[in-house]
Amino acid sequence: MKASSNLEKVLTAGQFAVTGEIGPPKSVDAQLIRDKARLLRGVVDAANITDNQTAIVRVCSMAAAKIVLEDGVEPVMQMTCRDRNRIALQSDILGAAALGIKNILCLSGDHQTLGNQPDAKGAYDIDSIQFVRVAVRMRNEGKLLCGEELRNTKKADLLPPRIFVGAAANPFAPPLDFRILRLAKKVAAGADFIQTQTIFDMNLFKRWLGKIVDAGLHEKVAILGGVMPVKSHKALTYMKESVAGMSIPDELIKRMEQASDPKEEGVKVCVELIQQLRELTGLRGVHISTVEWESIIPEVAKRAGLLPRPAPGESSPSETLSA
Amino acid sequence: MQLLRSVSRIPYYVLITVEFLFKKVVFRCHMCGQCVLQFTGFTCPMRCPKQLRDGPCGGTRENSHCEVYPERKCIWAMIYARSRFLHRTHKLEVIQFTIDWRLENTSSWINYFSGRDGQREFKRNLKQQAKAAAVGQGA
Repeated sequence: MKASSNLEKVLTAGQFAVTGEIGPPKSVDAQLIRDKARLLRGVVDAANITDNQTAIVRVCSMAAAKIVLEDGVEPVMQMTCRDRNRIALQSDILGAAALGIKNILCLSGDHQTLGNQPDAKGAYDIDSIQFVRVAVRMRNEGKLLCGEELRNTKKADLLPPRIFVGAAANPFAPPLDFRILRLAKKVAAGADFIQTQTIFDMNLFKRWLGKIVDAGLHEKVAILGGVMPVKSHKALTYMKESVAGMSIPDELIKRMEQASDPKEEGVKVCVELIQQLRELTGLRGVHISTVEWESIIPEVAKRAGLLPRPAPGESSPSETLSA
Repeated sequence: MQLLRSVSRIPYYVLITVEFLFKKVVFRCHMCGQCVLQFTGFTCPMRCPKQLRDGPCGGTRENSHCEVYPERKCIWAMIYARSRFLHRTHKLEVIQFTIDWRLENTSSWINYFSGRDGQREFKRNLKQQAKAAAVGQGA
């Protein structure tokens, strides 16, 4: 076990993993984070805590992750290279590990000009692949990027952060072949799991996954497919028009538009998608994200037959075998 | 003394101006001081708004344009197209060294040949790793 996180246990046991997503609030509303965490307790194996997503200032992901952890949900702390240089990135990994956060997700981050502080200076000191490599090196070798070891004094014990390192992949952004090459680089850098961009376009996703399987990458890294229940066709149209790197088929928008109960239809679409994803070789789990609709995740997970989740702390079969 | 020191710097300023003018015109150089053009299909990746050196972010639009500047083509789409044209896509598989920001606005040519950017050492290591991997596969 690299980090003994719940997510790692589920994945190493060969079970189909489920992760959710919690967006921290734009104010100091800790209760809101707790409420969202309680909704997801026992429903997901771990919940992503977004890091100032779309470059809009929110409660920082480390603080929110700690609050979520206290409420019995394991966090996947998202970290972007947009807001942190290499000093802050490494220091935040140490801080997160000290707080008991065991999963991190390394991202480039949405560009600052797209958020509510467009005049900000972005850090972009190192890129997300270099960041994965830095995080993995900190865990495996107990060394910082500069080569210095993680000890308090020269004679003290080496104390590396025990973290499960994830990265993201976007199957829908062109060029397709380069996306495979880039995922291979993330795997070479040492990523333990990959969460994909939200899937709406199943055909394009299957093409991407086919190439991943051909390259044998699915055996080296656990890939979790992203899904999202949407409330209406307007949300889809909005995403199609203004969110870069998304592929949304017109038939899906039409289906949502014609539905008498769009919310119910949104859940149905999402459940169907999860069921299709479970059939595919090369996928080891799903990542259910929402736009301010965390309350629907339990319903989606239940109807997709993903419940009950293996209890946290439960030893996995592979571990029992080796013991 | 001061004058002498200034005069002795003249060759350096001439060189850096020539380098800058040449690379600005040909590659739209950003003077990072540690050129990786040979890895990126002779297309400068520092034109990317996120200054990514290892490939495109997830924000490339359906028409291969940039998420930050919708009117511009993603520089990494151009890098990939040119690398394919020049049969250099294998060069993109390398995980790049992290940028040394102290070298910004200095001469990449001098930094390369003096070993200050560590790039020759980086390439030597890459070659050794490739060799080791080949031996490992052979056995």
